[in-house]
Amino acid sequence: MATIDPETIHDVEGIGVHNIHRHDVVIVGAGLAGLRAAVEASEEYDVAVISKVFPTRSHSGGAQGGIAASLSNEEEDHLEWHMFDTVKGSDYLGDQDAIEILVKEAPVVVREFEHFGAPFSRTPEGRIAQRKFGGHTKDFGRGGPVLRACYAADRTGHVLLHTLYEVCIRNGVRFYPEFYALSLIIRDNICRGIVGWDVINGGIHVFHAKAVMFGTGGYGRVYKITSNALSGTGDGLSLVLRAGLPLEDMEFVQFHPTGLYQQGILVSEAARGEGGYIINDTGERFMERYAPEKMELAPRDLVSRSEQTEINEGRGIGGKDYVHLDLRHLGSEKIMKQLPQIHELAWKFLHVDCIKEPIPIQPTAHYSMGGIPVDKDCQVFADGKKEMVQGFYAAGECACVSVHGANRLGTNSLLEASLFGRRAGKAIRRFLGVQREFPDLPPDAASSAIEEVERLLSSSGTERVSSIRETLQEKMSLECGIFREADQLQRLKKELRTLEERFRNIKIDDRSKRFNVDLLEALELGHMLDFTEIIVEGALNRKESRGAHYRTDFPKRNDGDWLKHTLAWKKDGEIIFDYKPVVITRFQPKERTY
Amino acid sequence: MATHAFKINRYNPDDERRGHYMQEYPLDVQKGWTILDCLNEIKWKQDGSLTFRRSCRSGICGSCAMTVNGVNMLACETQALTLKSSTIVVEPLRGYPVIKDLVVDLEPLVESLYAVKPYLITKTPLPTDQERFQSPEERAKIDGLYECILCGACTSSCPSFWADKKYIGPHGFLKAYRFVADSRDEGTREHLEALDDKHGLWRCHTIFNCVEACPKDLNPTKAISELKKELVREKIG
Ligand SMILES: Cc1cc2nc3c(=O)[nH]c(=O)nc-3n(C[C@H](O)[C@H](O)[C@H](O)COP(=O)(O)OP(=O)(O)OC[C@H]3O[C@@H](n4cnc5c(N)ncnc54)[C@H](O)[C@@H]3O)c2cc1C
Ligand code: FES
Repeated sequence: MATIDPETIHDVEGIGVHNIHRHDVVIVGAGLAGLRAAVEASEEYDVAVISKVFPTRSHSGGAQGGIAASLSNEEEDHLEWHMFDTVKGSDYLGDQDAIEILVKEAPVVVREFEHFGAPFSRTPEGRIAQRKFGGHTKDFGRGGPVLRACYAADRTGHVLLHTLYEVCIRNGVRFYPEFYALSLIIRDNICRGIVGWDVINGGIHVFHAKAVMFGTGGYGRVYKITSNALSGTGDGLSLVLRAGLPLEDMEFVQFHPTGLYQQGILVSEAARGEGGYIINDTGERFMERYAPEKMELAPRDLVSRSEQTEINEGRGIGGKDYVHLDLRHLGSEKIMKQLPQIHELAWKFLHVDCIKEPIPIQPTAHYSMGGIPVDKDCQVFADGKKEMVQGFYAAGECACVSVHGANRLGTNSLLEASLFGRRAGKAIRRFLGVQREFPDLPPDAASSAIEEVERLLSSSGTERVSSIRETLQEKMSLECGIFREADQLQRLKKELRTLEERFRNIKIDDRSKRFNVDLLEALELGHMLDFTEIIVEGALNRKESRGAHYRTDFPKRNDGDWLKHTLAWKKDGEIIFDYKPVVITRFQPKERTY
Repeated sequence: MATHAFKINRYNPDDERRGHYMQEYPLDVQKGWTILDCLNEIKWKQDGSLTFRRSCRSGICGSCAMTVNGVNMLACETQALTLKSSTIVVEPLRGYPVIKDLVVDLEPLVESLYAVKPYLITKTPLPTDQERFQSPEERAKIDGLYECILCGACTSSCPSFWADKKYIGPHGFLKAYRFVADSRDEGTREHLEALDDKHGLWRCHTIFNCVEACPKDLNPTKAISELKKELVREKIG
């Protein structure tokens, strides 16, 4: 094993490597995916978790509604029903072998959470309580909505995140909070660690590892109206792209139908699960016209498109770009007991008392179905389909297994993050049982990261990062949002090039090393510009409508040509596409109606 | 003229000579803007070097606790216009070492969290293929405890913490009691261990600042009095 000290690692103009840390496992991301993997791997190995925000500030904590599992605690439910709903929800693009794992292991994962101490809400018999959620049904879609979403009031993500953090403390996981991952160290298809930036003190740190896992989350922040945290900038995706690896199905972006007007802050689907109505300017429950059976509880892509259509056709409230979510008929007792956080959010951010008034809402960018292509044990593919990268894993929203296909069902993503985080942890344990040595660390391991920080810190152009970011977000919402069309996407493609030009001419106000958020925002914008191109070109490339991807110029699903996953690379500034087949086992594609 | 003047307490560790100072930024505050929106507006349009923590911008991640016009609050869920003052003074949370501008070092918060063994401790073997049962009434006993977002506002408001940086602090007590009060937990003694100490429970003088400061309306003082009873019970029993 090569031993390398900081001196021998290549420095660029003044910023050197401050330290080299060595851990069996290095996990980037402290959301449910990262922490669940950490809990698993730390049973046996030395695990470090790096996160750009303090662990409990991770975005998973914002999830409200629930985590899916067919526990049958409240009424009859079956794995097969959950599987069918997920496959249908995915518009048949989900891989059915992965979905089968998802539904089979769901009850185990949820009960383990209870064993770890998560304070779930309870049924009168003392079991984990469950509620309804969009797209989750009885009897292969033939029955009504089923009680499948396990919940803790409307703070489900919060309790699961804190519980995992607590178990990590118990297991002695080593945290590096407020460290920003700058680059992956991959040579010859072997992952050897990552390079990070110590946000608090400033400084480059090399993390040398036998196994690296990414749980870096989603990228809602490339849109103007989004439910995602300010840190939801998809960094992990471009770190992977920059390492020469592909991304999968990036054109599929979920818009959630109930974002608080102008804020995008999420009103959980639990509001509709508990019986809330969506109404237009004429007071009509317009979902009657789009999904007569499932109404407000139809899947998100459908409800968001219906809402946007109402708005586009002038039936938004007062002709404006929002509709109403009406909870008044639920009564104050139910609202305060089951939806206390929603009541608080509507009050604090819109000054609306949802017991007495309807809440103004609009669709909000919410979830990224695509991501880093991985196998069922979360190991990352080098070519997107067959060849593997040794020692590199990914899970959660940044990864694409793919269980959500073209559209994710609510409550399936807390499940995916925890369940596949757990699987990644187990796979890493198996791998480390065989792989006892640290792979060699190349002498230039840190040079690209150092170069990037150095360049940004010394940038002295004229453009503000915030103004480029704002333009990006506006254009993405307008031209690559709920409805898409070739001309717009072509235009957007050109605009992205202009934004990249502008990015090369930025200035930053803060040139200091310690807690430099100005630097972080520039790094994040660089990431967003990198992978956004893949979203836009992917959307242009896929000439059909499926799940969350809707092309007004190709409004039908086209299984003949497009029942396949997109893989996309960036090579010398150009996007290159490849495809892989969808795994279909039990459920043959059918038309998707609700 | 701008509608508001933001007076922000600034400090750059790379410029020790300058030390802490107040800087004023004019801002036209729009209806609906939170304090965080205002700070972002200043950072993004006026001065990129202004530094503060933020993430969820919906009051759940606990990043953005700070002192606004003398009161600890979450910047992201405070509407600027409800403060009814055209001068808004923003300072870092009191009591913690300042890293930069509004960013404080929360190491003391994390250390005292670790001290109370903040995880469910059980001894009875777990049921296989099943959750443990807990009645809704038992579960309700941890309402008002489990919702803590670790923002640090409570402990920052506490004079006992100002005097003793090793003091466990209201957030630590709240977390300890969240487990002690949980019908599934069998580790009362372990959670209490660090509390029966000069940095522990007995340093609380029930000043109630923490109750006032908590942005989630939780009640650490109640947790403290319950824990004191538990300690006495442990000692006698
Ligand atoms: C408001 C809201 C409500 C939701 N409600 C539900 C729900 O009810 N049910 C459901 O199933 N799903 C829900 N979702 C979706 C679900 O919460 C997320 O998909 C899931 O939590 C993602 O978890 P994760 O572990 O993959 O990533 P995250 O929790 O986003 O964590 C990402 C981690 O990566 C770290 N990170 C990222 N980049 C870097 C970097 N460069 N360097 C270092 N660290 C980095 C971050 O610090 C963070 O720790 C909701 C989402 C939102 C936005
Ligand atoms: S930004 Fe998360 S609590 Fe304010």
